[in-house]
Amino acid sequence: MATTRTIEVELSTTGLGPDGKPRRVPLVVGEAGDLTVAAPPSLEPEIEGEHMLINIGPQHPATHGVLRLVLELDGETVVRCIPHIGYLHCGFEKIGEYRQYNQIIPWTDREDYLNCIGNNIGFVMGAERLFGIEITERCTVLRVIAMEMSRIASHLVWMGTTCIDIGAFTPFLWSFQERENIYNLLEGWVGARLTTTATRVGGMAADIPDGWLDGLRAFTKSLPKTLDECDRMVTRNGIWVGRTVGLGVMSPEEALNYGLSGPMLRASGVAYDIRKDFPYLDYETYDFDVALGSTGDVYDRYLVRMEEMRQSVRIIEQAMARLPEGPVNVDDPRVILPPKHKATSEMESMIHHFKNVMEGPRPPIGESYVAFEAPKGEKGYYMVSDGTAKPSRWRIRPPSYVNLSAIPKMVEGHLLSDVIAINASIDIVMGEIDR
Amino acid sequence: MSGFDIIQTGTAPGLPTPVTPKRVPNRGGPVNPSAAALQAQFGAAVSRVEVVCGDTNVYIDVARAQDIVRWLHDDPTQSYEYLVDVTAVEHRDRDLPLEMVWHLRSLKYLRFLRLKALLPKGKPLSVPSVWPVYMGADWLERECYDMFGIDFVGHPDLRRILLWEQFAEGFPLRKDFPLRGRFSRAEQLRQALSANPEARYSMEELSIADAFEELPLEMRARIRGGEKTGE
Repeated sequence: MATTRTIEVELSTTGLGPDGKPRRVPLVVGEAGDLTVAAPPSLEPEIEGEHMLINIGPQHPATHGVLRLVLELDGETVVRCIPHIGYLHCGFEKIGEYRQYNQIIPWTDREDYLNCIGNNIGFVMGAERLFGIEITERCTVLRVIAMEMSRIASHLVWMGTTCIDIGAFTPFLWSFQERENIYNLLEGWVGARLTTTATRVGGMAADIPDGWLDGLRAFTKSLPKTLDECDRMVTRNGIWVGRTVGLGVMSPEEALNYGLSGPMLRASGVAYDIRKDFPYLDYETYDFDVALGSTGDVYDRYLVRMEEMRQSVRIIEQAMARLPEGPVNVDDPRVILPPKHKATSEMESMIHHFKNVMEGPRPPIGESYVAFEAPKGEKGYYMVSDGTAKPSRWRIRPPSYVNLSAIPKMVEGHLLSDVIAINASIDIVMGEIDR
Repeated sequence: MSGFDIIQTGTAPGLPTPVTPKRVPNRGGPVNPSAAALQAQFGAAVSRVEVVCGDTNVYIDVARAQDIVRWLHDDPTQSYEYLVDVTAVEHRDRDLPLEMVWHLRSLKYLRFLRLKALLPKGKPLSVPSVWPVYMGADWLERECYDMFGIDFVGHPDLRRILLWEQFAEGFPLRKDFPLRGRFSRAEQLRQALSANPEARYSMEELSIADAFEELPLEMRARIRGGEKTGE
């Protein structure tokens, strides 16, 4: 088993080479952590001293929300970490039992609020499985575009905030500018920027407006340039490498056993991507690669997310090329509202409209679990129907909740300042964790 | 240079390329082969197998839950190495029992399996923990305890997770819990204002705190006596 790897870093002190480019020096990271790896996890106190208990959060900018970590420290080394969550708990699952299926969609915006449109789509995929509805071809492709835009937006926020946590301010501005482009596009499509509520059971709230694809095409051209800039700025930066390499390592077996998913799991070298292994929305017909890490540390998680954004651009380009004409919503009066002009002029359409709004569509008795590859990992909606218009149980499978549960294992033995970097690498959204 | 071998999923020989499921019937369809294997291995502990919306439900005896999950995890022909979810379902019909639900995935054979166990009403809700098999079950089982009051036998640290430890209104996802909560708004406000801020640390944390010697005598005695939660 190879234990060393070499990352070329650009150090500002080395100056420019003869070709006018920054000189690159190889940085060898050994097993014992010669250069940058945090102190080896010796939990025995070197000097007989008291352990200190410190409290990070819940109101701390580096905890990405209202997360509270109680750390037991020996000097600067973390001996134990006890996370506390639940400060944002709003009872989404309880409220969902009192709402019709289409009324739950706004709640899915508000749990993982960086992946709103992705959650909307994930939820209606589960509901459509329950209702037994096949969505139209155009709707499938539009949903793929929306999913990947949402993944890029979430990863951009992750990159910006993580760079700030580790001390680089500029990539934050670049990534948020690109995120702004995504939100402008979403605003043009569904009218809302963050909480989109863009889907309905059986289709979408709206078709894309004329000329919208031109904006998306411009975005797919500009995003790779921004990613290249961030790449040049960060990937071989000596400080960045020194603060991320060798931190929070999870072996593939551990990562699987802890139930990690998404970039966290793939950075540990497990090639599990739901888009490939349990596909939905015809993802098996798109040509894209799954990014894999080799050591499972914070640096690999960064590399995996960067590569995922580039792959998402590839998927969006393919989806734009194949976007077929046709209706977006299924032709099924059970679930889809009739057009407004019909609802106000035809008796039957008015009845359908009334029943759909007042009573809500009723799925048959059954249960469905549909998982999708959210930016944070495997997210799934499990819903149980007893034949009424409201689910008798609605369950969110939250990826960052399960990913966060491994943080005591990941920070143990590392320094206090590394806790911030490890916590940032999990990509948590407290709205989703607390629900 | 790779630090370890990459685990490839879907590498078992003879597996077809996975495709998006289309026209999934509400009942019936292809059965997950693990269901038959479970019936052969555990006999009477597997009471029923059904296919709902494309997923296979296997109803198991709750007392054997940990054995069954461990076998599914360890057996090389099953290889369910990924625990997706642990949750419970209570139906609106008061006569139906609670259902304990485990979602498992086999990354090697690309299978998805739903295990279910019925917990009759009127008896203590007690389920063997699957934490010894999957570390990821830790917080999932704590949430299930928090929301439904199900006791997971063998869980190392079963306490509330999303709600605070002094939450006295019961278990919110049970159907007898009203949407607005059991207590009035005035009572909830009174409790919040009169809460001891120190109770936000668990006793376990206070026992390792630097300031332990500065705590009130009475509190130190309670910690030494093994008390786990504050207030």
